[in-house]
Amino acid sequence: MSGRWWRPRDLACALRIRAQEPAVCVAGATDLMAGGWDPAGSYLDLSALAALAGIRETEAGIEIGALVTCTALGRHAVIRARLPLLAQSAAATGSRAIQNRATLGGNVMNASPAADNPPVLLAYGAQVRLASERGLRSLPYEEFHTGYKTTACAADEIVHSFLVPVPDAGSHQYFRKVGTRRAQAISKVTLALAGQAGREGLCVRIGLASVGPVPVLARTAAAVLRAGRTAACTRERLQEALQADIAPQDDIRSTRLYRDRVAFNLLKEALCGFPTWSDAF
Amino acid sequence: MRLRCSVNGRRLAETVCPADRLLDYLRARGCTSVKEGCGEGECGACAVLLNGRLVNSCLVPLAHAEDADVLTVEGLPDDDPLSGHFVFEGGTQCGMCTPGMVLAAHALLAECPRPDRARMQEALAGNLCRCTGFEGIYRAIARAAAP
Repeated sequence: MSGRWWRPRDLACALRIRAQEPAVCVAGATDLMAGGWDPAGSYLDLSALAALAGIRETEAGIEIGALVTCTALGRHAVIRARLPLLAQSAAATGSRAIQNRATLGGNVMNASPAADNPPVLLAYGAQVRLASERGLRSLPYEEFHTGYKTTACAADEIVHSFLVPVPDAGSHQYFRKVGTRRAQAISKVTLALAGQAGREGLCVRIGLASVGPVPVLARTAAAVLRAGRTAACTRERLQEALQADIAPQDDIRSTRLYRDRVAFNLLKEALCGFPTWSDAF
Repeated sequence: MRLRCSVNGRRLAETVCPADRLLDYLRARGCTSVKEGCGEGECGACAVLLNGRLVNSCLVPLAHAEDADVLTVEGLPDDDPLSGHFVFEGGTQCGMCTPGMVLAAHALLAECPRPDRARMQEALAGNLCRCTGFEGIYRAIARAAAP
């Protein structure tokens, strides 16, 4: 039996097919083709949809179409200047040949816990926009991943775009991916942090990859940092809080112990960007 | 689907399966410089230029080659200076990675005519060579980049 491959040119047509057919969505196809696609499968190829392309500055933040490639993110002047962590994570995604094809929407929808861009979207507090024949809805990205390789994207929805708020001037931003080597490796641990020092403590958002079944927003660790440099914010408390946020495992790429340790080391390195905190832990 | 595309300047139009790999399509049409290494986008042996951009042809479904210009090393001129520098500088030994490596280097030089070492390493990060140790490849690119 031969499969179907739809490649609609307009969004309405794509959403109609999505509502009616149990087809796998395709954008840059890098994950699909690497994962052993099924010639008898049914695919909804979104790559020709102009509505999902492009980067726009809006009052609420920067709108990034689901089809924007990692190469485009890494080079775009507005992204580099205003969302530099996203330019960095996109440039750390695979090799140039992969970055030329792989899209932000695909990286998110593929829902790998090791994906490189999700920690940055979490740190920036991005919204993901999902389109269906029922309309366009917006969801905090931190609510998107519901379990290992499962998402809040309904069967009739596609990822349309992302709205990423621009951090205030003077905020500190940090991204680091730790893999077997710097080029073209899948991460063992990745951490992204964005935020600033408040009157008491730090107002930061911390996103991590490869430390659990889904990309993780480290809420407990952020809460400890928000309390400020008081008795409540010690090295031990912060480490315990981060360990409560993450659930790393042993697998082919690394071990639970290594990931626990490196995740905390990355957090400490990220905090070095706050002058009065650099010696705190 | 009906695929129309250009391979090394030759116009092609035929009925294909949209999910089939560009890699297999090219090899079946005589472009055997395009090698299958890993088949999952890790090694770069199957790299070609799709509308001037470096891609791994093992990861490109034919649906995405519609109306596209594809370039393999068969489409380079016989006296391509960069390829000559690969030979002269010892940038090729067994040859398995060479076609993809040469195209990755062409893609780099097209966007950055005078790349430094870091830029070369970044551009070739997805092209694995297990023979040369890369030094001959970097020298070849540096010679092609020299004024």
